[in-house]
Amino acid sequence: MSIGPQHPGAGHFRFTVTIDGDTIVDCVPDPGYVHRGAEKQTEYRSYLQSIPLLERSSLTDVTNIIMPFSMAAEELMGIQIPARAQYLRMIMSENQRILSHLYWLGIQGIFLGHSTVFMWPLGDRELFIDLGQMIGGARITYSYAIPGGVRNDMPDNFKDRALKVFDYFEGRLKDYEKIFFNNPLVLKRTQGVGVLPRSDAISLGVVGQTLRASGVKSDTRIDEPYNFYKDMSFEVPTYESSDTWARCMVHLDEMRQSMKIMRQCLDKIQPGPVRVKLSPQQRALAGEAYTRVEASRGALAFHIFSEGSTKPYRVKISVPSFRNLIALPRLLVGSHLADMPAIYWSLDYWPVEADR
Amino acid sequence: MSATPAQANLPSEEKAIIDSIARLGDKSKVAFAKPNRIKISVTRENLVEVAKFVRDELGFDHCTNVTGTDFPKDSQLEVTYHFGSIGGQGFRRIILAVGCRIPSTDPTLHSIIDVYPSVNYHEREAAEMIGCVFQGHPNLGRLLLPEDWNDIPPMLKAYRLPGRLEEG
Repeated sequence: MSIGPQHPGAGHFRFTVTIDGDTIVDCVPDPGYVHRGAEKQTEYRSYLQSIPLLERSSLTDVTNIIMPFSMAAEELMGIQIPARAQYLRMIMSENQRILSHLYWLGIQGIFLGHSTVFMWPLGDRELFIDLGQMIGGARITYSYAIPGGVRNDMPDNFKDRALKVFDYFEGRLKDYEKIFFNNPLVLKRTQGVGVLPRSDAISLGVVGQTLRASGVKSDTRIDEPYNFYKDMSFEVPTYESSDTWARCMVHLDEMRQSMKIMRQCLDKIQPGPVRVKLSPQQRALAGEAYTRVEASRGALAFHIFSEGSTKPYRVKISVPSFRNLIALPRLLVGSHLADMPAIYWSLDYWPVEADR
Repeated sequence: MSATPAQANLPSEEKAIIDSIARLGDKSKVAFAKPNRIKISVTRENLVEVAKFVRDELGFDHCTNVTGTDFPKDSQLEVTYHFGSIGGQGFRRIILAVGCRIPSTDPTLHSIIDVYPSVNYHEREAAEMIGCVFQGHPNLGRLLLPEDWNDIPPMLKAYRLPGRLEEG
């Protein structure tokens, strides 16, 4: 039986399952329907020109996909970015995490037949889109974290607006908990479903919520802190049950932590420059860089070879969705077909990001 | 292996890894070592053995990335594996890269899927993008490219994007 390729959730992706009765006995993922050759196209562009291209690979996670690219470019160019730019990157990055998780929550809601939790998160998402727009100037594709810093400073009234949104949204998360995460029907359909044991999660190399739901306390923001994450106090939520419910709960808890980090950033941020002026055709030194950040769906890394020209020689993106794909057959085989949507979307698999 | 001046300033964990790698003798060479990042080069004959060493002795338990790169000036392809550690403590911030250069005329190397199950899709992607063959990999079928792709592997430098004429 073929699931997809027309948009099974978000983005074109197909996987075939073989079923015996209503039990899945085999699963073969077939990604690539939205492969656009982003890595090849960067060979023709300067570092700055690659930014708008690369952020298209993951529209719900634009800041987190271009930030490691900019970090790698900065490492190869040998430049340090100003402190204020790093705080702004963190604010946008955490805002992006909430945007991405709310999108995930909406789709997970409709996958479990809960239309209210399809409407609410997508409505609340607008508040965070507005926050992003206040800083970045666009709704979705800001091209914000460019090599050398960030594109522009935040407006003076941002803090007041953001704190109001956080206060509202913290109450809202309690509503989500009541209506969805503690809903007996949701619990029935997610608890004990799609269990990925800790040892498998490690050996398969999965990342993000899938890894943390399997009881591994791993987060790039703690493992290898970038920007000012080492000065922030926040928790990395983990669960021991390793099931679909745990993966849902990690998403919920992370939204709270993201707001906590943003509050601290807004307190600590000091006036100053937000960008080092670079030439649009800035030359990088010859060498190799591997930078990683914790994107919304997990660890996201860029591996760049540079030959000392204005364009990268080879760019390789290691995206969390592609890394989590390996868990899909592992989780689906042996499950009921009716559990497939809940398991599939609990991985937060974003085909456009995985195919690049 | 004598420490270079750059390596002398490394944190102790990186130094410990480099000292352990020295036990492999001629089978591997440290390409560079900086805080949080170490890269070693191996020949394809020693790749599987080095991978086992990296897993069992150095504690890197999963593969985070496989990059396939074409170096036409040297008539070589490079397959770079990146390994991370999440199960153990202490090495989490370090990413160990293992680079393996193979001749473009005979682009074969042995898959390390038996050592690291996590390389499955990464190796498949590298295989179709630069045209190398991972011997022992159970399935090297099309992954990201269209099923009817009928051209040279796209990440080779000889492949030019249609409609783009300038030097890249």
